[in-house]
Amino acid sequence: MTDTTTDNNPTGGTAPADVLAEVARWREAGKDAAVATVIQTWGSAPRQAGSMLGISSEGELAGSVSGGCVEGAVLEEALEIMKTGTPKLLTFGVSDDEAWTVGLACGGTIRVFVEKVG
Amino acid sequence: MKSETLDEILKARAEARALVVATRLSDGAQRIVAPDAQAGESTLERAAHAALLSDKPRTVEADGEDWFLNVFNTPLRLIVVGAVHIAQALVPAAQLAGYAVTVIDPRTAFATADRFPGVAISHDWPDEAMEALKPDHRTALVTLTHDPKLDDPALHVALRSPLFYIGALGSTRTHAKRVARLTEAGFTEAEIARIHAPVGLSIAASTPAEIAIATLAQITSVLRGGTVR
Repeated sequence: MTDTTTDNNPTGGTAPADVLAEVARWREAGKDAAVATVIQTWGSAPRQAGSMLGISSEGELAGSVSGGCVEGAVLEEALEIMKTGTPKLLTFGVSDDEAWTVGLACGGTIRVFVEKVG
Repeated sequence: MKSETLDEILKARAEARALVVATRLSDGAQRIVAPDAQAGESTLERAAHAALLSDKPRTVEADGEDWFLNVFNTPLRLIVVGAVHIAQALVPAAQLAGYAVTVIDPRTAFATADRFPGVAISHDWPDEAMEALKPDHRTALVTLTHDPKLDDPALHVALRSPLFYIGALGSTRTHAKRVARLTEAGFTEAEIARIHAPVGLSIAASTPAEIAIATLAQITSVLRGGTVR
């Protein structure tokens, strides 16, 4: 499965603290927000453990958890988590058979923790 | 992530402090551990300290639970003592590798903005300049002047600070004399052994640029826990 969502943040290599600074600005503007963090990687995953993606309730993104392959799926989950408040641990990878799996074009597998902020 | 945790991370970032955020993966509960790079007592605190020093976020098991340790580190810094020819190659190479660089040289004819565009320059005496910079566990020092009057004061401050890398230019013979001076000044053998000298990986570097590359490679190897010595 290919995900065509592009990372709309030009600074895809942003440090986690910079992502959180952007998340803080969204919250000051009255928006809800969630953060997704790469917890673990196997194979040639493009972003290392600790990399963060911030997601606003209006669908804005900051940072990245992959090279753009799974950001769309993470966004969907994040919007749901903003409503429920319950964090989730997601796994993405070509070899994973679980229902919500989105393939990483590069062939790696990553685990991503998604949580609401606030 | 609670608002207070977010605020604490951003406050640490503004104050250039390092910290580790531990997240319990079963329910998302979070704790801030290892502030100011201090090693603690518990399994989680010790693991957080190791993650901070190696700059590698990781998952660890503590008290029967999986915790993710995310590292929010201070910026990488390189302090160069001696605005010499090798420094002119080392500075841009280090900037490319992500270091914020400061060049210290009280000899104002050497340390000019023309020779080092876009770099922080200090004309203070090296020990005063070093103390003002408060070098931490993410700071490297390379002394390049060959002049004990300038290099040694910087090394004295460095040996009393938690820098991850200390390198000093000079031959094996020059270094033997340096070791004698530092011993005379009261530093122990173990403390002096922190100094990488002659500086740089052994790649038969010859030109100033090659010596700069060998030096940056050695700094990288020490930072990332490489096995090349």
